[in-house]
Amino acid sequence: MNSPQNPDLTNENSIKWSISVYELLHKHFIRQVVYVPDSGHSSLINQCHSDRGLETIVVSTEEEGVAHLSGAWLGGDRGLMLMQSSGVGNCVNMFSLITECRIPFVTLITMRGQWGEFNPWQVQMGQNTVEILRLSGFVVHAIDHQEDVVETIDAGLKLAFDSSKAVAILLSQRLIGRKEFIEK
Amino acid sequence: MISNQPLYRREVVKCLLDERNDLLVVSGLGSATYDCAAAGDNEKNFYLWGAMGGSVPVALGLSIAQPNKPVLVITGDGDLLMGLGALTTVGSQAPKNLSIVVLDNEIYGETGAQPTATANGIDLNAIARACSLNVIDDVFNLEKVKELSQTLDLGKGPTFANIKVRQETPPKILPSTDGVFLKNRFRDAVLS
Repeated sequence: MNSPQNPDLTNENSIKWSISVYELLHKHFIRQVVYVPDSGHSSLINQCHSDRGLETIVVSTEEEGVAHLSGAWLGGDRGLMLMQSSGVGNCVNMFSLITECRIPFVTLITMRGQWGEFNPWQVQMGQNTVEILRLSGFVVHAIDHQEDVVETIDAGLKLAFDSSKAVAILLSQRLIGRKEFIEK
Repeated sequence: MISNQPLYRREVVKCLLDERNDLLVVSGLGSATYDCAAAGDNEKNFYLWGAMGGSVPVALGLSIAQPNKPVLVITGDGDLLMGLGALTTVGSQAPKNLSIVVLDNEIYGETGAQPTATANGIDLNAIARACSLNVIDDVFNLEKVKELSQTLDLGKGPTFANIKVRQETPPKILPSTDGVFLKNRFRDAVLS
């Protein structure tokens, strides 16, 4: 049987930056976090779920998350969406809602199909994520190095909510670690 | 006397919105948006002109942000079917202030009246019930619609009602398509 293992999830540095990102949610008054899970987001997702001041909501598909956070903004709540690169393809038409209404929107995207990927089915979206986001009206910030994580996400949140923009922050596969499948 | 003839969609929406008070309305693209505009344009309406499949999740995010205000989705069977997974999220989150009304004419009315899945007996109320929503069955006359409208602000949601409506094309009453205007107007009304 195959079981997914991601050694970086237990890496102290990975946990450290997810704590820093979690602190940024408070700094920027984020109230609703929606996600389709990815192992690279799992520490942050757990932190969000255990925070009673946040509404942390798993959605059935990423496009649902885009619509959900648009509704949250209509009601006065700031949101953040967590997904992986494959989910970007699921959102394309729904992105018209945030661009046409100029709704501030921020998503943290963990990259697959980008760096040492073992699963070829992830590569198409992984290689086209940036282009699709830009064609959909997003400002894209890509992060390759750990020391840039907090500063970039801080800047992305500020850009989205102060300038009413759609911002995507990409956490590269180099940063989060390759997903390994080990035969047991 | 109880009639089994499907209802007229405009009459249903007018009845739902007649005494709306604080009700926040999200309409699904196409006919449901025109129906809501025809009942009287309102700053507490957020009309979708696209984003098919988005009406329910937009309303869910809104209902969580504004838990003390009743939120109503008015949409069609086609829009709901495109985002059916959202009902599982609504059931999981169970916001008491959210209601969903589907105007089910069993066709894609904007594109040439092609049949939707509901034309083949797919039962949206049964799907909603399986998602743990509070389903109001048998809304087949205007008295039942009126009863439903009086429950919207009672905080007994998430409520769901599929209402069979006639296959007709009422005159198009078009609200603004300017998304920034619609967003700002709605937020001003909600947050003021």
